[in-house]
Amino acid sequence: MKLNQLSVFLENKPGKLSVPCRALAKAGINILTLSLADTHQFGILRLILRDWQRARKVLEEAGCVVNATEVVAIEVPDRPGGLAVVLDVIERANINLEYMYAFSFRRKDTAILVFRFEKPDEAIKALQDAAINVIAEVDLFDRAPKG
Amino acid sequence: MATSTFVCENRIWDGPAETMDPAQRRQVQLQRLVQTLQRVQNVPFYRQALAKAKVQPDQIHSLDDLRRLPFTTKADLHEHYPLGFLAVPRQDIARIHGSSGTTGKPTLVAYTRQDLQTWADLCARFLVAGGLQKGHLVHIAFGYGLFTGGLGLHYGVERVGASVVPAASGNTPRQVMLLQDLQADVLVCTPSYALNIAEVAAAQGVDPRSLSLRFAHFGGEPWTEDMRAEIERQMGLLAFDNYGLSEVIGPGISGECAARRGMHIQEDHFIVECLNPDTLEPVADGEPGELVFTSLTKQAMPVIRYRTRDIASLDRSPCPCGRTGARMSRVIGRTDDMLIIRGVNVFPSQIEEALLRVEGAAPHYLIQVDRPGALDEVTVRVEMRPQDFSDRMAQMQALHDRIDREIQSITGIRVNVELVEPQTLERSAGKAQRVIDRQRQRKPT
Repeated sequence: MKLNQLSVFLENKPGKLSVPCRALAKAGINILTLSLADTHQFGILRLILRDWQRARKVLEEAGCVVNATEVVAIEVPDRPGGLAVVLDVIERANINLEYMYAFSFRRKDTAILVFRFEKPDEAIKALQDAAINVIAEVDLFDRAPKG
Repeated sequence: MATSTFVCENRIWDGPAETMDPAQRRQVQLQRLVQTLQRVQNVPFYRQALAKAKVQPDQIHSLDDLRRLPFTTKADLHEHYPLGFLAVPRQDIARIHGSSGTTGKPTLVAYTRQDLQTWADLCARFLVAGGLQKGHLVHIAFGYGLFTGGLGLHYGVERVGASVVPAASGNTPRQVMLLQDLQADVLVCTPSYALNIAEVAAAQGVDPRSLSLRFAHFGGEPWTEDMRAEIERQMGLLAFDNYGLSEVIGPGISGECAARRGMHIQEDHFIVECLNPDTLEPVADGEPGELVFTSLTKQAMPVIRYRTRDIASLDRSPCPCGRTGARMSRVIGRTDDMLIIRGVNVFPSQIEEALLRVEGAAPHYLIQVDRPGALDEVTVRVEMRPQDFSDRMAQMQALHDRIDREIQSITGIRVNVELVEPQTLERSAGKAQRVIDRQRQRKPT
């Protein structure tokens, strides 16, 4: 039920973000979603891609420092309070949420979010026990635009 | 401390000289200093420098007068190539050595027959302090030739009455074979070459610990306590440090005793000063400063206040071995490398040590010094490595802060730490460039 996310180290300088993006473009790899965290000096680019292993190779060959981590994709009703339900479950299970971001595509009235938990397996169990839809990698890639 | 099964007994080669009462030794030093000043009247450089400083040998009444004497630098010796500092007639030279200069002309030094005797005796002192006895077989894998290490140690070993294998450096498989077949007790070489020998031995299926080596005397390059522990672990021996430079005499200026708490300086033959390299004022014992030596017994090429550019500290507290000579620390840096940041002396080696503590392996880094306003600013750029990178910002901040803290705790100054992408810092074929100093033009020494 987990997704593989790639993170890339970036210096916080003009032009630095285009290095990994160009390398992926040249290899014909589409980015399904991304998030960027930054301080005044450096940033962390996080990416969800279809073929993360090939993407990792491409990025490393482009000279990037890359790290792979497991994250969880969750389907959330796209209405006020939709996210709060998920967070309540996580809070009750006493699991630390490191960060989260969203996919740009959606289905009817639900949004898909990416969560980075300290303990992803425990989080998945708690969410499923609460009947929240955790999306498997295959299903997610089925729904995502081709690329 | 020792991972070796051997212990080193406390033996002293020249008891009266090495354990001399300090007050008495100061008398000896003063008398020999005056003789040295008389001798250097034959050297045009010193005659002029002393005249300019308005000091004549008969005006030296106490060791404090040393501070009135002019300095000698490497550049001075270089300018008077080949033998402009010779204080004796040319036919009195028994041997010539030279510094291992990598570019241009070497700095040449000369010895009389008496100087060679003195030198062999000084080498015997530290060799015996570090375990050498009559009957031992010593394998010398230093370069022979102009370099003072090979022949200097060679005659020191012979002076003690031990046996020598003058293996010289190179052809490491043959070194391993000789060590194994002749069963040497003592190894003499550079510490990095010892590790090389251990590696080659292991590759040949010879456990370096199975060799009969008991002691090693390393020199010729800077090394660390970590390296000592590593060599002792790999080779099963006790390793001793010694110090020398050809301009002063070569190896034999100082060496460790069995206590291994610093290298005893042979103060009956050299006066040591430890000075702030900028103000040239003495620093307190225990504080790092530039070592400056004045030779007291050399005939062919005496040196007055020779600035070594080596940074170390002095320790005059009593040593359990009974020797009374001041001890010097390992050389922690070179004045050429030293940065002065807001009045604090900082060495690139200290920054490296801090990074090693955090990251556990030698990272690529660059130190940049700027002075944007009134104060110096230091930026340390550290290349990010995959094993240290995390997708979590908190962990990355923690890494950044840990580097920051370690550098501050070792150097005492605050720096800006910047994590940079790999391969962004320049690499060069030889020495890596570690410092960009935009703050000042370095003063010539």
